[in-house]
Amino acid sequence: MRTRKAVALISGGLDSLLAARLIQQQGIQVEGINFFTGFCVEGHTHAIRNRDRSRVKRNNALWVAEQLGIKLHIIDIVDEYKDVVINPKHGYGANLNPCLDCKIFMVRKAHEWIQERDFDFIITGEVIGQRPKSQRKRCMPVVARESGADDLLLRPLCALNLPATRPEREGWVERAELRDFGGRSRKPQMALAREFGFEDYAQPAGGCCFLTDQSYSVKLQDLWDNRGSREYELDDIMLLKVGRHIRPSAAFKLIIAREEGETNFLSGYRHQFQTIKTVSHPGPLALVEGAQLDAAQIQLACAITARFCKGRDAESVELRFSDREQVAHSIHVKPLAADEIKQDWIIV
Amino acid sequence: MSAIVEVDARRLFCPLPVIRLQNTINQNPPGTRVRIVSTDPGSINDIPTWCRINGHQVLESVEQDREFVFLVQKGDDA
Repeated sequence: MRTRKAVALISGGLDSLLAARLIQQQGIQVEGINFFTGFCVEGHTHAIRNRDRSRVKRNNALWVAEQLGIKLHIIDIVDEYKDVVINPKHGYGANLNPCLDCKIFMVRKAHEWIQERDFDFIITGEVIGQRPKSQRKRCMPVVARESGADDLLLRPLCALNLPATRPEREGWVERAELRDFGGRSRKPQMALAREFGFEDYAQPAGGCCFLTDQSYSVKLQDLWDNRGSREYELDDIMLLKVGRHIRPSAAFKLIIAREEGETNFLSGYRHQFQTIKTVSHPGPLALVEGAQLDAAQIQLACAITARFCKGRDAESVELRFSDREQVAHSIHVKPLAADEIKQDWIIV
Repeated sequence: MSAIVEVDARRLFCPLPVIRLQNTINQNPPGTRVRIVSTDPGSINDIPTWCRINGHQVLESVEQDREFVFLVQKGDDA
């Protein structure tokens, strides 16, 4: 009898680690896939910010794969994923997180993957009741059905709470060896991790997607509202992870670096944006998102940027305003006082 | 020996440097050598880890001027 093969959706968290190990233990050959949506929380801010660069953050999906001793295929789905974010059939969660549509999409991609590679079934770390949007009991058959995976989708951690899938019915896996986890408690998973000898796994409560973050979602909604379109590119959603975002008018938004690492990162975009840099005092680089600014708007943008430089209390600060063609103008302004920066300008 | 395939992953953040390396490796036969340059410090861990779990060998790794350069050889069974 040939060795059966399963692909595991590896998020980098504890649940997918345990689910994959449960199936490995039954003699199934497991390989992992991990999807890059552009919204993944995987150390981007660590990599950008100077103070964090010395504390390199590991990629948890790679770490999980190494613990399991399996291959990991990382798949770039940034472009295809846009439709999930922009038009979620099942709606959003508390923020702009389309969790159910996301799960359906990823299982669908996994189903396509196994068909192309002659794998037998798909496993996920889903647990009924673990997450309010996508892991409710009534969502489980929705994911299986709408992804097209149907009964080739096995959730080893909660399988005993669900009808038997084909891998169980066909005897590829022993159903009795699977689990009946449910609810939000993490204790069963932690106990199983101890049983398997896994330590130092990623703490599961933080989530793995920026779309579950309220502040990030507010910035994305602001981007859509002011652009008049919900389209986005990878650079747009990367820039939402960086800097202070201040919109003093509908005409433009400033993205102001908070420290040197962010200034270095933003400087990579200087050919795509108008930019502002303090000259007379140490200070941040700011990108200006919007149409070409007029003279009054340039003064305001520079006065706001100067607020965040070392000369914030000076009578006059010199800044360099550069347009997209890198034509630079020297601007002198009095920095805005803290109370002159209106709260509703700040996008958080 | 065949030429080294060059991959420029500067200014890309985790896991994009790994994805660029993976896609290049997948398009080439076993034994191919790929040199990848990244500016993401996460590459220091990620690229060697990805190579270990997928059966490829890191022949060299160098850090200079905030850039990380890896020379990778595609494994026979990968």
